[in-house]
Amino acid sequence: MAVMAESAVAQVKRSSLWTRAFESRHFLGAMFMVPAIAILILFLAYPLALGFWLGMTDTKIGGAGRFIGFQNFVSLSKDSVFWLSVFNTIFYTVAASAVKFAIGLYLALLLNERLPFKSMVRAIVLLPFVVPTVLSAIAFWWIYDSQFSIISWVLIKAGLITRYIDFLGDPWNARWSVVAANIWRGVPFVAITLLAGLQTISPSLYEAANLDGATNLQRFRHITLPMLSPIIAVVMTFSVLMTFTDFQLIYTITRGGPINSTHLMATLSFQRAITGGNLGEGAAISNAMIPFLVAAILLSFFGLQRSRWQQGGRD
Amino acid sequence: MTTMDDQSVGMDYLEKFPRKFFRVYLPLGLIIFFLLFPFYWMAVATFKPDAEMYDYEKYNPFWIVHPTLEHIKKLFFDTDYPLWMWNTVIVSVSSTFISLFASVCAAYAIERLRYKGSRYVGLAIFLGYLVPPSILFIPLAAIVFQLGLFDGNLALILTYPTFLIPFCTWLLMGYFRTIPYELEECALIDGATRLQILMKITLPLSLPGVISAGIFAFTLSWNEFIYALTFISSSENKTIPVGAITELVNGDVYHWGALMAAALTGSVPVVILYSFFVEYYVSAMTGAVKE
Repeated sequence: MAVMAESAVAQVKRSSLWTRAFESRHFLGAMFMVPAIAILILFLAYPLALGFWLGMTDTKIGGAGRFIGFQNFVSLSKDSVFWLSVFNTIFYTVAASAVKFAIGLYLALLLNERLPFKSMVRAIVLLPFVVPTVLSAIAFWWIYDSQFSIISWVLIKAGLITRYIDFLGDPWNARWSVVAANIWRGVPFVAITLLAGLQTISPSLYEAANLDGATNLQRFRHITLPMLSPIIAVVMTFSVLMTFTDFQLIYTITRGGPINSTHLMATLSFQRAITGGNLGEGAAISNAMIPFLVAAILLSFFGLQRSRWQQGGRD
Repeated sequence: MTTMDDQSVGMDYLEKFPRKFFRVYLPLGLIIFFLLFPFYWMAVATFKPDAEMYDYEKYNPFWIVHPTLEHIKKLFFDTDYPLWMWNTVIVSVSSTFISLFASVCAAYAIERLRYKGSRYVGLAIFLGYLVPPSILFIPLAAIVFQLGLFDGNLALILTYPTFLIPFCTWLLMGYFRTIPYELEECALIDGATRLQILMKITLPLSLPGVISAGIFAFTLSWNEFIYALTFISSSENKTIPVGAITELVNGDVYHWGALMAAALTGSVPVVILYSFFVEYYVSAMTGAVKE
C-alpha cells in the first residue's frame, strides 16, 4: 500500500484530470478490458442471447421471423429424428468418453514409466490432437470405405471374415465407426493432461507405500487415483463437452447418415438451420443441448471442490 | 511443468527387460501404432497412382510400387487449394494476433490492476471458454449476415477470437500470477507507468506463456471448421478443411487421391509448427486445464 501513497504524491505535481485517470487502476483496468470485452460481447454474449430468441421464432434464412413461443420445442418433441439425434448424442458421448478415459489413463501411466526417447514419444502421441480434425476424419472416411477398406482387407486375408464390412452403411456399424474415430482423436488430450497430473505426484508417497509393502494395484488405488482425481474431473468435463458438441467428425464421415442414425444434435441443427434454411428450428435444437452442458459443468465443478477439500486446500 | 521423470518410482531399474517389454513397451507400441496409422494411410494414398489405389489384388495396399505426384499436382493446379491455404494462413495469423493483444491486456488488467469486479470478469471469461461453437454458429450466422461480413475472411477473423480470447486470457492469467509482484512495485516507485511496466517487465517475463498461447491459438484457428463452413460460400474464400470436404467431392465421385493429398498437405504446416514448439504446446494444453 506504500505504492499508493507514492503515486498519490506524484499525482500532486501533475494532476490534470487525464493523467490522474491513467494512474487509477480502476480506470486503466477498464481501458485494458475494452478489446476483449468488445469482441466477447458482440460475438459471444450477444449471439448466445440471440440464440435463445431465435429458438422461439420461425425465422428462415433471408427473412424476419415471428415470435412463436415454445412451438419449435413442441414440434421437436414429436419429431422422431430429433429424439434419435438425442439418443445418438448421448450414446456417442458416453461410449467415446468412457473408452477415452480408460485408454487415456492407461497411456498416461505407460508414458510415466522410465522410457527411452521419452519426449519424442510424448510429441508423437499428441499428433492426432494437433492435426485438423476434418483432415484426419477424411483419412478415416477412406479407412471405412465400403469397397477399399483396409480393415476389411486385412480381416479377409487373416481369414476372419468373408465379405467386406459395410462400415458406414449399417446404423450400428456407422455409430461404432464414428465413436472409434472420436476415441482416436480424443485419447491424446486425455493422456497428456493426465500425464502432467501424474508428474506432480511426489515420488516419496510411492516410496513410503513400497516400504509398507503395498502392491502395484494398491499403490494405484490409494495414491495415484486420489491424487489425480481433481485433474481427472477437469479433463473429463472438457472431454465430455467436446464430444457432446462434436460436429466435425460426423459431418465429414457420415453427414448424419445412414438414415439419420449417426446424426448428433449439432449436425441436426446445422442441417435444419443452414442446409434447410429454418434458422429458428435449428436454434431450438442447439438450445436443447444447453441443459446437458450445464449439468456436465456443474458436475465437474462440485467434483473438483470436493477433492480440493480432501487434500486440505481452501474451499 | 514440473518434471520428475528421472527420479520416478524408486526401484523399477531392477525390473528385467522381458517383463518390462510385455508390461510397457508392447502396449505402448500398439497404442502408438493405432494413433499413427491414419497418418501413414493418408501419406500412402497421397503418393499412390489410381491404378494401384483401387486394385488390392495385384498390388499390396500397404505399399506403393510407383510413387506419383499426380494427386498433389492436381490439387495445386486444378483446384482452388492454393487460395484455401492462403485464406487459412491469413485468418489464423490475424485472429491469433487479435486474440493475443486482447488477452494480454485483459489478463494483465484482471490479474495485476485488480480493478473493481475483476474476479467476476475473470470467472465470466472462463465461462465463455465453455460455450461451444456448435451452439453459437446459428445466431452468429445471422449476425455475420447483418453486418455484411458474409462470405469473407473478415467474418472468420472476427469470430475466431470468441473461442481464442477466453482460452488465451485464462492461460496468461496463470502466467502473470507467477511473476513476483515486487518487481512491479519497484518499477512503480521508480515512476514507471502501468503501460511501461506491462511492456518492459511483465510481458518479457511471461514470454513463454505468450508463445504457448499463440501456438495453441494458431492451431485452434487452423483447425476450425463449423464457422468456416457456415459463413463462407464461394470456393475462393474457403479455408482448407472446408474446401477439402466440400469442393473435392463431385456428387458420388470421390477424388480419394486429391482428398488425401489435401488432408496431408493441410496438416503438414501445423505439424511442423507444433514440432518446433512441442513444450510450449503441451504447457498451454495442460496449463489451461490445471488452472
